[in-house]
Amino acid sequence: MPKDNGIGASSKRREDVRFLTGKGKYTDDINIYGQTYAYFVRSQVAHGTIKGIDSTAAEAMPGVVKVFTGADFEGIGGIPCGWQVTDRNGEVMQEPAHPVLAQGKVRHVGDPIAVVVAESLQEARDAAEAVDVDIDELPAVVDMKAALAAGSTKVHDDLTSNLCYDWTLGGEKADVDAAFENAHHVTTLDLVNNRLVANPMEPRVAIGKYDAADEDYTLYTTSQNPHVIRLLMGAFVLGIPEHKLRVVAPDVGGGFGTKIFHYAEEAFCTFAAKAVGRPVKWTADRSEAFISDAHGRDHVTKIELALDENGMFVALRTDTMANMGAYLSTFAPSVPTWLHGTLMAGTYKTPHVSVNVRAVFTNTVPVDAYRGAGRPEATYQLERVIDKAAREIGIDPITIRRQNFIKADEFPYATPVAVEYDTGDYDATMNKLIEIADIAGFAGRKAESEAKGKRRGLGINCYIEACGIAPSNLVGQLGARAGLYESATVRVTATGSIAVMTGSHSHGQGHETTFPQVVADMLGIDESMIDIVHGDTSKVPMGMGTYGSRSLAVGGSAIVKATEKIIAKAKKIAAHLLEAGEADIELADGQFTVAGTDKSVAWGDVTLAAYVPHNYPLEDIEPGLEETAFYDPNNFTYPAGAYACEVEVDEATGKVTVERFAAADDFGNVINPMIVEGQVHGGIGQGIGQALLEHAVYDSDGQLLSGSYMDYAMPRASDVPSYVVDHSCQTPCTHNPLGVKGCGEAGAIGSPPAVVNAVVDALADLGVTHIDMPLSPNRVWSAIQAAK
Amino acid sequence: MYDFEFVKPSTVDEAVAALSSEDAQALGGGQTLIPTMKQRLASPTKLVSLLGIASMAGVSENNGVVTIGGATTHADVAAAGLGAVSTLAGNIGDPAVRNRGTIGGSLANNDPSADYPAAILALGATIVTNNREIAAGDFFDGMFTTTLEEGEIITAVSFTPPSAASYQKFEQPASHFALTGVFVAKTASGVRVAVTGASEEGVHRWTTAEDALNTNFSADALEGLSVSPDGMIADLHGTAEYRANLVKVLAQRAVASC
Ligand SMILES: Cc1cc2nc3c(=O)[nH]c(=O)nc-3n(C[C@H](O)[C@H](O)[C@H](O)COP(=O)(O)OP(=O)(O)OC[C@H]3O[C@@H](n4cnc5c(N)ncnc54)[C@H](O)[C@@H]3O)c2cc1C
Repeated sequence: MPKDNGIGASSKRREDVRFLTGKGKYTDDINIYGQTYAYFVRSQVAHGTIKGIDSTAAEAMPGVVKVFTGADFEGIGGIPCGWQVTDRNGEVMQEPAHPVLAQGKVRHVGDPIAVVVAESLQEARDAAEAVDVDIDELPAVVDMKAALAAGSTKVHDDLTSNLCYDWTLGGEKADVDAAFENAHHVTTLDLVNNRLVANPMEPRVAIGKYDAADEDYTLYTTSQNPHVIRLLMGAFVLGIPEHKLRVVAPDVGGGFGTKIFHYAEEAFCTFAAKAVGRPVKWTADRSEAFISDAHGRDHVTKIELALDENGMFVALRTDTMANMGAYLSTFAPSVPTWLHGTLMAGTYKTPHVSVNVRAVFTNTVPVDAYRGAGRPEATYQLERVIDKAAREIGIDPITIRRQNFIKADEFPYATPVAVEYDTGDYDATMNKLIEIADIAGFAGRKAESEAKGKRRGLGINCYIEACGIAPSNLVGQLGARAGLYESATVRVTATGSIAVMTGSHSHGQGHETTFPQVVADMLGIDESMIDIVHGDTSKVPMGMGTYGSRSLAVGGSAIVKATEKIIAKAKKIAAHLLEAGEADIELADGQFTVAGTDKSVAWGDVTLAAYVPHNYPLEDIEPGLEETAFYDPNNFTYPAGAYACEVEVDEATGKVTVERFAAADDFGNVINPMIVEGQVHGGIGQGIGQALLEHAVYDSDGQLLSGSYMDYAMPRASDVPSYVVDHSCQTPCTHNPLGVKGCGEAGAIGSPPAVVNAVVDALADLGVTHIDMPLSPNRVWSAIQAAK
Repeated sequence: MYDFEFVKPSTVDEAVAALSSEDAQALGGGQTLIPTMKQRLASPTKLVSLLGIASMAGVSENNGVVTIGGATTHADVAAAGLGAVSTLAGNIGDPAVRNRGTIGGSLANNDPSADYPAAILALGATIVTNNREIAAGDFFDGMFTTTLEEGEIITAVSFTPPSAASYQKFEQPASHFALTGVFVAKTASGVRVAVTGASEEGVHRWTTAEDALNTNFSADALEGLSVSPDGMIADLHGTAEYRANLVKVLAQRAVASC
């Protein structure tokens, strides 16, 4: 019987009551007495020298409190980058300054130049139009290849070139090259991983507040990790001691990565609040989000796979240019390197793998982590080249993958690209996929499509990802400038109800439901007795936030550790109340029992005793029941799975429709199956969006052509089918106490190659071998014409 | 958005009078004009809403002529049982857009990717304004331009129902406007084929196809025809060649489903 409480129960998302009834409290819902409004003047050109800014007219306009320009930020720290990559020669990456407001130059459309703070948004906006910015436009570099060419215009004059770093990982070049030379067959593929805009439903918002009497600051912001913002902004930008800076990220309407990073607008509002002596609020509109939120992906790759005569992989070589945009966003350097190169082995035993990545500055919006971050880029190129190879040498796409899998009895498995997979069973997920996708029925469905005049294709994909982004020891060696653990405090009240303070941040993931299930299960009490507190640095001891599918694996593990401490102490108290030895106390169903007897006390008796210590061994145990734990794992987790997509293609128009989609995932243990399914659904939807629809396109002058929903195609309900998802194949993570691996990004990682493989399958007999994402009707039609 | 005055007259005459002041502009459903004003790309000083004029709303049929009031919403046209015209209206935007947007607003705006212009041109409809009647062929004047005078109001659109008609819309993936749309109608004066979304000149008739269909009304009749990409729109979503291809494919599908 399905459980209705605790681990394994599909408990309904309790946060949805407020989200679905309009009762959520988002940053823009916060209004502080006396607040002012900020409106940003942003660059309309991609590259230029600021000759002068005249704000006198703007300052004289009604309601204007103050106009800020770069001059107000001279001597103030810039926006820091949180990760330093070391290149192939042992040199650190080139790291440009990233001012809060432009200093002398603008480097992308949307680069902030000045800000008007006024009594109302309307007045701020009116005055912003009167700020006269004199810019000498310079040629823009948009294309990465051009940016790396000798003599290219430089995005940053003080750097030697537009190359941020040239990084490599994996086998010795000579070994890899030799394997290629001796190979029976080599398959080569050039591809583009399209630039995306995350587009969370809630645009970014920041409100800065300064209390002159106490000299402390508060920032309300749409962030996935308020403590990280406190650290970065306090220590590196504004020089505010952490105890004088409170950062609150209340309900956040989706992040998908783009709300991890510390942005100039946050620093501005905090700084300006002190400068004008009043709270300062900024809310992005959608057009502004397109040119100021960090973008995602944008890789250009050449990948080569060498095979022997039996279709066994002998070597893999990949060379990528990764767009950084104009500045280094918080985690940008890590995405194409440690989150991408390390996954290039996939689920396969390829003996030689070599990865090269050049990160490039261009006059475009900074690019950083977006759902999956590096892992979708790795999976896409690997699974596309495997599919192409299979077709070239005439092996079925399932067989070629299966015969190269790392087998279930070969774990732990150290790959040639620096990571060790702890556990997995790729044959199991493939078997499950074959069943749930009804692969056997494909031929029949293809015939039906053909009878309607449509082509039908089947695409298979296997992915692996590194989740539970943490091990501080490891990420420190790789260049992270922060630790990546998580903390939790479990605070039990006298009456036995519990508040759990967690450093993980929920912006749609359902932590308020899932985390209590874990604690309830451990204590044997009802979930409804437990609430989650998150998103406020003044309430939660410390946190590294939510991204990289790390919340349950790392944050949940910290909660387990803190709850274990609670249980240990509660048992001591129970032993005293029961006049028994501590070692004899057992906890089950919320009752502490002396083993082998019917003597017991209830959870509530123990918690009451902790806070009303009338009959209490004060010499041995402190009163109260509250524990904090920090958890830092010793490895990533490695969710993996097999996906199948079936598409129909209308040859006359090139229109692709996704007819079926099946996903067999191994997430290890599952706490709430319904939430896991929801996460997979959302991820697949975003992946289908990337594969078929979404594309951030710049023209050669650096203007964003797809800067609104008129041109940037978001997936809609009508673009996706009803999914079949399964997570019954479970190889629990071996190194965290819950045995969980993380499920937030899998769908977005696993689906794009499945979709593209399916479309290419549908068109293969015409001679189509590859189409770059997004597979828009025009692109598919053109590929068909070119092949004809 | 900049500040503006708002008036909601109840007769066409009052509306015409209100529109005579400088920088006044008619407001239909606001589905185009309001977003433009929010982006500060338009700044009328006075908005004259046409939605309070009872005579401009609703669909009627008289002596075999259908009349759609200029302020009739897309949703109301969709529900009016007008065959291909209702189907077309029912696929404009989303429910919110259809419940506000009006046929008069759509025609006056003449977006090169809008749906209605294809129907109006293919049906040979008449555009009725506060002071004259304009034949569809004389109304559209290139992208976003019409032969309406300053302050002139579309009060109604009228047409004789075709014996058969079909509209085939190929949606632009982002906006769901027509990347290209083709309306084929069998009218008393022959077959008419109107194309939207494709040409840099805006909505237009494909007369070669009309000739072929007048002889042989079948999709096959168009098989041998080719559409030149010259003068077709090229943008992020479709090259000129792609649009030229769509014109033919959609015309054939429209004929097949008539
Ligand atoms: C999300 C979205 C999706 C859309 N999708 C589609 C689509 O798929 N296909 C499509 O065709 N359209 C689409 N539209 C446009 C929609 O159909 C608009 O409603 C229409 O273009 C304008 O009609 P309106 O009544 O809203 O006019 P308004 O926005 O009020 O006015 C538009 C212009 O027409 C003038 N005007 C209005 N009424 C009259 C009148 N009676 N006489 C003279 N001038 C007048 C106004 O002064 C203004 O210049 C979409 C719009 C949105 C917001």
